[in-house]
Amino acid sequence: MRRFSISSLLAEAFNAHRGWPRQWRSPEPKPKYDVVIVGGGSHGLGTAYYLANEFGITNVAVLEKGWIGGGNSGRNTTIIRSNYLYDESAALYEHALKLWETLSTQLNYNTMYSARGVLMLAHSVHDVQSFKRHIYANRLNGIDNEWLTPEQCKAFCPALSISPDARYPVMGGALQRRGGTARHDAIVWGYARGADSRGVDIIENCEVTGFSRAQDGSISGVETSRGQIQTRRVGVVAAGHTSVVLGRAGLRLPLESFPLQALVSEPVKPVFPCVVMSNAVHAYISQSDKGELVIGAGTDQYTSYSQQGGLHITSHTLDAICELFPQFRRMRMMRSWGGIVDVTPDRSPIIGRTPIDGLYVNCGWGTGGFKATPGSAHVFAHTLATGTPHPINAPFTLDRFRTGRLIDEAAAAAVAH
Amino acid sequence: MLLITCPYCGARPEIEFRGGGEAHIARPSDPAAVDDQSWAEYLYYRSNPKGVHAERWLHVHGCGRWFNAVRNTVSDSFEQTYRMGEPRPDATKERR
Ligand SMILES: Cc1cc2nc3c(=O)[nH]c(=O)nc-3n(C[C@H](O)[C@H](O)[C@H](O)COP(=O)(O)OP(=O)(O)OC[C@H]3O[C@@H](n4cnc5c(N)ncnc54)[C@H](O)[C@@H]3O)c2cc1C
Ligand SMILES: [Zn+2]
Repeated sequence: MRRFSISSLLAEAFNAHRGWPRQWRSPEPKPKYDVVIVGGGSHGLGTAYYLANEFGITNVAVLEKGWIGGGNSGRNTTIIRSNYLYDESAALYEHALKLWETLSTQLNYNTMYSARGVLMLAHSVHDVQSFKRHIYANRLNGIDNEWLTPEQCKAFCPALSISPDARYPVMGGALQRRGGTARHDAIVWGYARGADSRGVDIIENCEVTGFSRAQDGSISGVETSRGQIQTRRVGVVAAGHTSVVLGRAGLRLPLESFPLQALVSEPVKPVFPCVVMSNAVHAYISQSDKGELVIGAGTDQYTSYSQQGGLHITSHTLDAICELFPQFRRMRMMRSWGGIVDVTPDRSPIIGRTPIDGLYVNCGWGTGGFKATPGSAHVFAHTLATGTPHPINAPFTLDRFRTGRLIDEAAAAAVAH
Repeated sequence: MLLITCPYCGARPEIEFRGGGEAHIARPSDPAAVDDQSWAEYLYYRSNPKGVHAERWLHVHGCGRWFNAVRNTVSDSFEQTYRMGEPRPDATKERR
């Protein structure tokens, strides 16, 4: 791996950037690995990176059915925040946020993490009360989150309309200043490069089609479109396809897969300094460094694997955006797309073991797992390496649906992002 | 937007309907007799297939009635809609 530094960048600048090597290999699968990760999104690649970097387990393969980052990791609106209500969630997302803060240095790869602040708008008395409850709970957990009046919201985000006769009047907002955005592809590529340089094999165009089991029922390998691979430990990180993949091991899960859409506008000069979310109207907006407004919509109401949602969902979001930011009414939208998100009944992820020995799962991130990437990958690597959960992911078991110890962010937030 | 054929009213746009999730999930007849895992499976576990899916819909802005549908979750096309209480149409006749 050639490190990025001021001197290597300068040297390449004088060489028309022709000397950069491939950032990771494209190896043939080996017959046997210590750990196999199914799914080459940011969570899967990050897991492989931490397995190698932190736990010294380098005989690892990441199997990806398409290309790395082609799933939700490459399709999301990159909002990062950690101001979740419950202690368990706060610990998990804050673990991730702390890792984001130093990730570029650690990976020697610019993840473009930008703590520009995430402002969540309150449009009703209920919103105001519930956001204030979040703020107090967050503060008790040492997580920054503060209440802004409508005028303070406007000062923080000048494009926002706080007109009292708006269709969705702004009654205030909760601001997490350390929240922000990062570059979706960079986190995929940064982890891929870091994992590969530590010996991890990243194998694309390799779909896992089945699992083989030992006499005692535990995992002994995976069947793939590129042949059989032996392994005693498998971590499935397949987002919207988790039910499909684990169905091939005979498991059913508390998951449903829904389309979630996003869209971007034509690029314009910097007009939008932060991230604004409105759960009540299902609209999320920020501006990318390229200048596009990046807008996230809500999920469709039916399960689907089509990677496209209904037009009325995005147009409803744009109605809300135009009400909140009247100056964007004349902007044109350039592209829209969908991803398939895996949603649990309590809107919290499942990170840990399955009923099959040697088979682990990290799923259920639904509409909001990008922000958690480094934390999720780190605690999942710990779980795979040691066979026991990290204290942070210990509550996020599959078994919680049996015991009733749900982590009900669904009830807490109505919508999570 | 989907075009959904209510068995009572005919084809109507999706915004008239509310999706009700997987169909044919029977509540255990004697809840006290089942163990916690079976109860969890009844409440939370779903088949979530990539392919043919039987699901409930409510024609909320129409006749107000519930019905079932078989839809392909890859193409989103409806194969059939049918009234509550009718059995799931033969899934072996899957069209893709
Ligand atoms: C439109 C949209 C907007 C979003 N906005 C936000 C946001 O603002 N903030 C936020 O925090 N989160 C957001 N999310 C959620 C976030 O994108 C996901 O939670 C996160 O990217 C999940 O990462 P992952 O690595 O688990 O999944 P993915 O990147 O989807 O990776 C899973 C991989 O598994 C592969 N796979 C599947 N089946 C197999 C198989 N059989 N064999 C091999 N490989 C397989 C897939 O091809 C895929 O590449 C958004 C999602 C969408 C769709
Ligand atoms: Zn009807």
